[in-house]
Amino acid sequence: MTVTNAKLSNLVLAVQSNWKRRPRYRAPLFLWGAAALVSALAMLPLGYLVLRAAGAGYSKVWDILLRPRTHEIFLGSAGLAGTVTLAAVVIGVLLAWLTVRTDLPGRKFWAVATVLPLVIPSYVGAFTLISAFGPRGFVQGWLEPLGVERLPSIYGFPGALLALTLFTYPYILLSVRAGLRGLDPSLEDAARSLGRSSFQTFREITWPHLRPSVLAGALLVALYTLSDFGAVSMLRFDSFTRAIYMQYRASFDRSTAAVLALLLVGLTLIILVLEHRMRGRARYYRSSSGTVRPCPPVKLGRWRWPALAFCALIVLLGLVTPLLVIGFWLVRGINVGEALQFRPDIVFNSLLGSGLAGFVAILAAIPVTILAVRFPGRVSRWLERGAYIGYALPGIVIALSLVFFGANFALFLYQTLFILVFAYVVRFLPQAVGSTRASLLQVSPRLEEAARNLGRTPIQALSSITVPLIRPGLLTGLALVFLTAMKELPATLILGPTDFSTMATRIWNASTEAFFAQASVPALLLVLVSAVAVWLILSQEERKASR
Amino acid sequence: MSTIAIRCRDLSKSFGEVPAVEGVNLFLHEGHFLALLGPSGCGKTTTLRLIAGFEPLDRGEIEIKGQPVNSPDLHVPPEQRNVSMVFQEYALFPHLSVADNVAFGIPKGVDKQQRVHETLVLVGLADIKSRMPYELSGGQQQRVALARALAPEPALVLLDEPFSNLDASMRSQVRAEVRQILRLAKATVIFVTHDQEEALSLADEVAVMIEGRIVQTDTPARLYRRPLSKSVAMFLGNANFLPGQAGNGQVNCALGRLPTLGIHTGPVEVMLRPEDLLLKLDPAGSAEIVDQEYFGHDQLIKVRLDSGLQLQSRLLGSEGDFHSGQRVTLTVRDNVVVYPA
Repeated sequence: MTVTNAKLSNLVLAVQSNWKRRPRYRAPLFLWGAAALVSALAMLPLGYLVLRAAGAGYSKVWDILLRPRTHEIFLGSAGLAGTVTLAAVVIGVLLAWLTVRTDLPGRKFWAVATVLPLVIPSYVGAFTLISAFGPRGFVQGWLEPLGVERLPSIYGFPGALLALTLFTYPYILLSVRAGLRGLDPSLEDAARSLGRSSFQTFREITWPHLRPSVLAGALLVALYTLSDFGAVSMLRFDSFTRAIYMQYRASFDRSTAAVLALLLVGLTLIILVLEHRMRGRARYYRSSSGTVRPCPPVKLGRWRWPALAFCALIVLLGLVTPLLVIGFWLVRGINVGEALQFRPDIVFNSLLGSGLAGFVAILAAIPVTILAVRFPGRVSRWLERGAYIGYALPGIVIALSLVFFGANFALFLYQTLFILVFAYVVRFLPQAVGSTRASLLQVSPRLEEAARNLGRTPIQALSSITVPLIRPGLLTGLALVFLTAMKELPATLILGPTDFSTMATRIWNASTEAFFAQASVPALLLVLVSAVAVWLILSQEERKASR
Repeated sequence: MSTIAIRCRDLSKSFGEVPAVEGVNLFLHEGHFLALLGPSGCGKTTTLRLIAGFEPLDRGEIEIKGQPVNSPDLHVPPEQRNVSMVFQEYALFPHLSVADNVAFGIPKGVDKQQRVHETLVLVGLADIKSRMPYELSGGQQQRVALARALAPEPALVLLDEPFSNLDASMRSQVRAEVRQILRLAKATVIFVTHDQEEALSLADEVAVMIEGRIVQTDTPARLYRRPLSKSVAMFLGNANFLPGQAGNGQVNCALGRLPTLGIHTGPVEVMLRPEDLLLKLDPAGSAEIVDQEYFGHDQLIKVRLDSGLQLQSRLLGSEGDFHSGQRVTLTVRDNVVVYPA
């Protein structure tokens, strides 16, 4: 889920400009072979799911599609994604503006603090919210002496909305903030001097400039919400992911799960297409790099108190509450000796699964990316798009398809580490391709040509020049896949070998049974892991921006 | 007699619908320098890339030292051609030191250290061989790129716009250095440029390329003095054109009866370089000065004939003091070139 908007727009840009660039010499066969293999394997889960759903028969599929329950789920998921996105846009844009353009007291502090909820995985956040605001939670406990018997329920739509908004709005905040910083204030000055009011200036100059940033962030939020499994399940909101999981667990009628999964993919694709349409000519608004004259901050005046309260509330809910709750259960667990039941093999399993995933993902990304960047053409473009499919496939969808596939065709793979790693790779390959592509674009093809006419074969040129030069990008990609795979929940739950417990599944199992203390240590570790991932992504974006 | 280093026959290449190179023929003796000169987009860089083997040919043949490397059913890959290219942006390997860059292409069986040292001495950079590319100035990077290309002792060195990345102030000095280095290395060189001064001053032979075709290949002096077509004449320096009537090795035009190069009869266009048009102050002269630019070493004077025809004359700065409005008589220094009108 951490494919960043810049990478995505890179992809779109590359796809659009590819046909203009002419191919140089023909790509070596091994590159075609490897890229085609990777792309085909990445398409396997979706392909098999389609076959599986189709195999259920026309009338059965139709029957499932017509059930009111299906419509409820569809509307619920779409509604949640829409509402979360809208709420995140409002919060993200407001916070971006407050922390970039105003004299908000403690602006530097808030600039950092408001981004930090990004490091809380949404299911960790969900369990802390339940623990704090749920029945017999902390807040209700404090209010009990005042005669408050129960709080408005945290479960269902309000809880899911709250949790997902709190832990995803930073995507929008970050991209809008970058947009605001890139906007040359002299453009606004120019508009004012040409007779526009400050509102007209915002509408005609500032907004068109920010629109692509908002859209890019909104896309990430919407896709995250649709693919989220842990938070909605813990908060008992019937979205696609939860319904698919229940269907899968509850019955051996798996056609329903397959059809629901395909519907979810369809919804994801609709969002991708919508975003692409709305993006339009967005790229023309990108400002040039280089330092921009700092503009005088807007004076908030009396408004600075509500503004401060707003920032504080968001940080309190999105960062302080989760950390306090985790800390509370950690201390409590240590006191009663519970948290110490924590087993190191869980950490090892997490490291093993996600480490393998990172490694394989990078190996798979190299041929696809080199082919697409160095030998652009219709076929290589489609192969690269194939590798990006994981972006549109929620983890639960990949898991479901692979369970079917394993059970029917490859029993020896069923519930092995191999198939779990495969699922991780399909899901997170876009991140590996994204960082590989970004670093490959920095390497001039002239370097490879120089190696060629100094006597190197294509493979030798790749290994002696290209790969060493893109090594930093490869390592970043590997680290990103590693760190995000460690947080992955639904595929790990469904595909993991029996008794294969990871930090993610440990948190899931403990918190669904309300053993919050047992979840505290892995939760803390995952927050740290996420922090590293976020830091990596941000520094990568910064490097890209500074070029 | 020197042998032929490269021979190209009928090279053709198009990208999609757009022809980039059409029917190019070239040959070059060992140890000679050939400049491919043309405006940007004329196909000269593509020609270079075809010779290096980076692009497949649509049609044509290439032989390097008598060995075919491209024919209808043959495409020798770049690494087996023994051709080194110096790229416009140098393309130094950023992760390798100067010495490692230079050593990169030296074939097995050659004493690498020795060869790297020799080559770096040749380009005058032996003392910075352990530096990394980003620590070098533009001129140094270029010499490293040159050393890297020369170290494998290639049959042919290709240079793509070799001086375009340098400041104008450095260019003439670097040009002389590069020429010296390549001469010392006894290299056979094809270089691409859009700068006519660069082409004329560096090359033994210049091939002028316009819209994918080579329109004339000649020594610099012949190319300048006797361009085969009006477009070549215009591309290489300034030229005056005036209508005339030719016959018997002479042409009748506004400047009188002039001896011509080549035999033509009938209506023609006369090409006259500004430096071939001499002026003399004469109140009874047939032309009037309308503009004058003084550059120090030389001066450019525009005159108008009574017929309204305007011509340019280039004189040494010391050849007189001219002002607008003065009347002059015109004489022509040499035989003129004429083109059928």
